[in-house]
Amino acid sequence: MGRYVARRLLQMIPVFIGSTLLVFLMMYALPGDPVRALAGEQAVDQAQIAQVKKDLGLDLPIWQQYWNYLAGLFQGDFGTQIATQRPVADVIADAFPITVRLTLFAFAFTVIAGISMGVFAGLKADTFRDRGLLVLTLLLISVPSFVLAFLAQYFFAHELGWVEPVVSAAADSQELILPAVVLGSLSLAYVARLTRTSVAENLRSDYMRTAVAKGLPKRRIIGVHLMRNSMIPVVTFLGTDIGTLMGGAVVTEGIFNVQGVGYNVFQALKSREGSTVVGIVTLIVVVYLVSSLIVDLLYAVLDPRIRYA
Amino acid sequence: MRGAALAQWTACAVAVALAATACGGGDNGGGASGVVRSSWGDPANPLEPANTNEVQGGKVLDMLFRGLKRYDPKTGEAKDMLAEKIVTTDSRDFTVTVKDGWTFSNGEKVTAKSFVDAWNYGAHLENNQRNAYFFGYIEGYDKVHPEKGRATADTLSGLRVKDARTFTVRLTQKFSTWPETLGYAAFAPLPRAFFDDHDAWLAKPVGNGPYTVESYARGSQMTMRKWGEYPGPDKARNGGVDLQVFTDNNTAYTALTAGNLDLVDDVPASQLKNVRADLGDRYINSPAGIIQTLAFPYYDDRWNADGMEKVRKGLSMAINRQQITETIFQRTRTPAKDWTSPVLAAEGGFDDALCGEACEFKPAEAKKLVAEGGGIPGGTLKITFNADTGSHREWVDAVCNSINNALGNDRACTGNPVGTFADFRSQITDRKMTGPFRAGWQMDYPLVQNFLQPLYYTNASSNDGKWTNEEFDGLIDEANAESDPVKAVEKFKAAEKVARDQMAAIPLWYQNGSAGYSDRISNVALNPFSVPVYNEITVN
Repeated sequence: MGRYVARRLLQMIPVFIGSTLLVFLMMYALPGDPVRALAGEQAVDQAQIAQVKKDLGLDLPIWQQYWNYLAGLFQGDFGTQIATQRPVADVIADAFPITVRLTLFAFAFTVIAGISMGVFAGLKADTFRDRGLLVLTLLLISVPSFVLAFLAQYFFAHELGWVEPVVSAAADSQELILPAVVLGSLSLAYVARLTRTSVAENLRSDYMRTAVAKGLPKRRIIGVHLMRNSMIPVVTFLGTDIGTLMGGAVVTEGIFNVQGVGYNVFQALKSREGSTVVGIVTLIVVVYLVSSLIVDLLYAVLDPRIRYA
Repeated sequence: MRGAALAQWTACAVAVALAATACGGGDNGGGASGVVRSSWGDPANPLEPANTNEVQGGKVLDMLFRGLKRYDPKTGEAKDMLAEKIVTTDSRDFTVTVKDGWTFSNGEKVTAKSFVDAWNYGAHLENNQRNAYFFGYIEGYDKVHPEKGRATADTLSGLRVKDARTFTVRLTQKFSTWPETLGYAAFAPLPRAFFDDHDAWLAKPVGNGPYTVESYARGSQMTMRKWGEYPGPDKARNGGVDLQVFTDNNTAYTALTAGNLDLVDDVPASQLKNVRADLGDRYINSPAGIIQTLAFPYYDDRWNADGMEKVRKGLSMAINRQQITETIFQRTRTPAKDWTSPVLAAEGGFDDALCGEACEFKPAEAKKLVAEGGGIPGGTLKITFNADTGSHREWVDAVCNSINNALGNDRACTGNPVGTFADFRSQITDRKMTGPFRAGWQMDYPLVQNFLQPLYYTNASSNDGKWTNEEFDGLIDEANAESDPVKAVEKFKAAEKVARDQMAAIPLWYQNGSAGYSDRISNVALNPFSVPVYNEITVN
């Protein structure tokens, strides 16, 4: 187990370097000069542009820029934004806590609501309540998230007045609940459907019949025998989902004025702030890698037949 | 500091995992008594006076600084603020006397040196100040800010401190209206703290204006409070201003209608239809010093050929400006009638008859003129614009539609979008344009000179189309040397008429500034730079 985890952690290093290189090259390949664009419509003389580039090391060859970036990264330096001259670490430090909270809320909503709905429907497959769930989840899957966001904003904020329509700059936790619910509802539909199918299928399996025949109490049959085995596909989905949520929902964040990771990446992309994009994307890659490792480890917990040497 | 910030957010993330508590700290400042809550976008640059060339940073500077002159928020006229007097005998050597009794909010006196140091800083190449070119008229600029290579001097030779309150300025050329340019933020004085501890100053700027910065959280909020001891005549009439960052103007507008915000200074285009119903008379739509034009690539021989001025004039007359400004812009633009802006007023050089019939929609004559001039080079007019900001596609399509209809040819004109603004500017700088391209000009200071010289003078800084005309250049030189302001304006207008006859660029429309506000505040107005006049706002 320990060796397995160590090996997986070591594998992350080449993936990490490879992904930073790829994103770095992609940003470099984009057309347009971010330093020139700083001046807007106004003209800025070439000497000024050359000076700014020299200060930021942007006049060096691409491989040298990448080497400097990587060297800085290992010393905890994510680089500096071209326009604002703000350290990228500060930008990340501002955006990530907001997105982490938004993700946790959305994730908790997805897990709690999704799994209970799935179990609820799966236990009585092909009944009225099962079909009801299928219709509801189909609706959530087919409606684009921004439609959902605007509807929720209109209904809960403007009509009912339960919440504020947009999140303030401080992004208090209770303000994030509505965006989190909107953000989590697509995953919720998938989780509910996955759980439902898995539960309905496992209900007919041999070990379930054995458990019932042994005369185990119903709570134990469902809570331990059925759930543990039914969770494997759901956990797989949730593992990648947490990465997607962290990557930021540009549209939802935009509608609710959440100044999180998605918003910052979008802004940085528009103004070609290479170091900001690379820094944030790299962190998201790490989140993906870690969450997929946790998912793999959870398999062993859920299904005793799986062992890691 | 960076380590601390990282530690803070890690701690925050951990705390959140344990119990979903609020992180980030600080209240959102909503509804504090006497405080105006205004929308903001994080400035795209550090908040140094000579480094700020956009509205968001401009808002802060307008509250934080007062310069030698200040543009009257209503008329745009440059009035003395810190200047006791600015005298010249030859329109080239100026002696500036600073008023007594002004201090920065940290107690330091505002002296002649505060100005000279600030201007030397702003002009120097190594300080990377975006507005450095403002100091280009001062002698010695080519030494501290050469076009190529390194600076060979540390300070502008044209600036001399005489005594605590007097300094002299020598310009590179005659420029009679130069004192009128001094209302721009780039010419603001700076305290010693700016030079002694630059990072600390940027984190919490100190100025000499009616407000002080209480706190500044980059990317989210700036809290500005009234400075009680402000010595100037234009004291703040409210307790302070909270500038709050929004992801875009749509979310800001939503917050305004929900009562969480008092002032948005940019009503989103999609809401223009509802704005009267939502806000009633709390919606402002007033002229700003911005003109949109179509510029031409004169480095392309086909556009520089003889007779092409007829084609350009014809194209101008094929554009139905009235209809486009009404339907697409919902009257937030006004059809252009000259190459300046209504904010200058008639005394300042604005003339709504100058363009005349060349700016009127006359499809039949347009068709005739284009044919006489030899037709559109290449057969198809491609209007280049950047597609990422400002909904340019809509109006470019409308302009093309109008031209196509007038010329009776469905293929006469088409839009040529460029993905990003950065790429658009790069292509213009690299002279890659083959047809007309979108050009916008926001004035630096409300002078007719600023609408003409930087844009159309030979090799001027923003002459992107590289238009050149000896007669025009000569008239501009004469106008700058003219010491009588009235005569100077007439000379500038004469130069503008040369640009008109050649149709150097097609004027499209003047842009308005728009703003909406809540019923919590009153006395809201936009100045000619479309920045809200914050110190005048009162809280009900």
